[in-house]
Amino acid sequence: MASLTANPTPGTRRRPNRWRRREVLVGYLFALPFLALFVVFTVGPVLASFLMSFTDLRTSDVRSPLAVEVVGLTNYADAFSDETFRKAAFNTAYFVVAGVPLTMGLALAVAVGLNSGITRFKTFFRVGYYLPVVTSIVAVAVVWRFLLEPDSGIVNTLLGYVGVDGPSWLNSTTLAMPSLIVMSAWRNMGYLVVIFLAGLQIVPTEMHEAASIDGAGAWKRFRHITLPMMRPTLLFGGVVTMIGYLQFFEEPFVMTQGGPLDTTLSTAYYTYNQFGFGNYSYAAAMAYVLFVVIAIVTAVQFRLLGERD
Amino acid sequence: MTTTTRPEPLAVVAATEPPRPRRRGRATVGEATAQPWIYVVLTGGLVLLVGPFLWMLLGSFRPDRELKQVPPSWLPQDPTLDNYRTLFTELDFPTFFFNSAVVAIAITLGNLVFCSMLGYALAKLSFPGKRVIFALVLGTLMVPGLVTLVPLFVLVSNLGMVNSLPGLIFPFLAGPFGVFLMRQFIQSLPDELIQAARIDGAGEWRIFLSIILPLCKPALATLGILTFLTSWNNFLWPLVVAQSEEKYTLPVALAIYSRGENSSNYGLLMAGSVAIIIPVLAVFLILQRHFVQGIAMTGIK
Repeated sequence: MASLTANPTPGTRRRPNRWRRREVLVGYLFALPFLALFVVFTVGPVLASFLMSFTDLRTSDVRSPLAVEVVGLTNYADAFSDETFRKAAFNTAYFVVAGVPLTMGLALAVAVGLNSGITRFKTFFRVGYYLPVVTSIVAVAVVWRFLLEPDSGIVNTLLGYVGVDGPSWLNSTTLAMPSLIVMSAWRNMGYLVVIFLAGLQIVPTEMHEAASIDGAGAWKRFRHITLPMMRPTLLFGGVVTMIGYLQFFEEPFVMTQGGPLDTTLSTAYYTYNQFGFGNYSYAAAMAYVLFVVIAIVTAVQFRLLGERD
Repeated sequence: MTTTTRPEPLAVVAATEPPRPRRRGRATVGEATAQPWIYVVLTGGLVLLVGPFLWMLLGSFRPDRELKQVPPSWLPQDPTLDNYRTLFTELDFPTFFFNSAVVAIAITLGNLVFCSMLGYALAKLSFPGKRVIFALVLGTLMVPGLVTLVPLFVLVSNLGMVNSLPGLIFPFLAGPFGVFLMRQFIQSLPDELIQAARIDGAGEWRIFLSIILPLCKPALATLGILTFLTSWNNFLWPLVVAQSEEKYTLPVALAIYSRGENSSNYGLLMAGSVAIIIPVLAVFLILQRHFVQGIAMTGIK
């Protein structure tokens, strides 16, 4: 546009002015279909959810969602004093704190391995590691329940070959959560492998060569060259994985139904349950707590990891 | 409702650069010697990643007796198609498949159309409020699906769309990820193309349809595949909205059957899992190649 307006000829000068006004109209017309759907089905509900969390909305109010009492912060207060919600929040934190580093560590190891001068089968490996990422979590969870069956399951059978008497993984209050964490790392690492592999391309080989001439070993070079150079990539991978893990739901829904003794009940699962019981405003409040946690954690992570560059 | 699952840019699989073979400084870097060892570890890892899928496939051909056998046999001793037959005779598998496919296709088409339109407006037209709209769209990228669950359900109930396919489709027709992707892509197209077309007297709609969209094929392919996958695997919303069996999508049907009286009928559950997973894996493996071209052109990494 700039080149046209700079043109001094009067004939072409008028053109962009008339066009300006039309451009605004055309812009709105192109934006309208998306915006209409987006406002009704996304922006509106995000705001409505916030407002609902301060009311006593229940199933019976569905037809008249405006005729509800405002109860202030009651739902939030109830949530924080709700023993089960606190347990679910703890479980979610456990899942994230153990799951994110595990997934990232495995993915980084695989990415570095794939980047270490491997030429044969590189695409084959990359595609193979990515496979679980495209699959349905529900289906994967069902398959893993089958793998983890105490007697006829393949995991305990293989453990039996090396003389270990495999436990009943998903029925154990101590082992159910680690089982879900390992499964999630298994399913999600492929995504990070690909992200990290792209990040590794940025690290200049010359730096490694210079460092090894100076006598730095492989670990030192990884620690002091590769990792710092990959900071933005690691940050991105960490944030995305954490946001996903904070919302984990399908895994316990299919594999443990939150049990045994609520040890795998996640915040999202408990919120879903409260929604199912018809406690709509309570569910909305808990969902907002999760949302705020996600926002804070993301901001903190950007602060911690992003700043120093 | 925003996407409940994390966006899965399978695009990037093909986007990473091919390895540049470096022979220089062989002794200094010392990677050449480590290679056989790395191949072994990576192959081991791959076996662990692909193994469960193979076990699922084998399991789907085993009769019930064999699935309960301790210890299990490696290969099915008495392979059978009964589990797949049961999907059709006792369960309404074709309906679940149909629902999943219709919902995923409708959502994909919707996103392709609406996101490319808004993406074009944001990238190439100037109008007041443009920045606000883009910020709003980006801001919702991070919002968990759980947050909109309650109000969306109230809304969809009042629209009379609970337990209907439109109820499964409408909330996802216009997602923020697509706008972001299309805007970035269209921004990289030269302005001169559009200006030339305007001088030639082409209408705006015509410019969009016959100039912009054909150039967007790689981005549209990426968006289409990602949206389809996310929708095919989507769970929370369909679980809430599809309340009777004839409206179940595949994941909902599988999850519900895996909890009820069939919870230990692993033959049937494995056949169901195969039915959900295999089409997606096939699509992924086939489209791998197309992505290389698409990404090379877009430069989206």
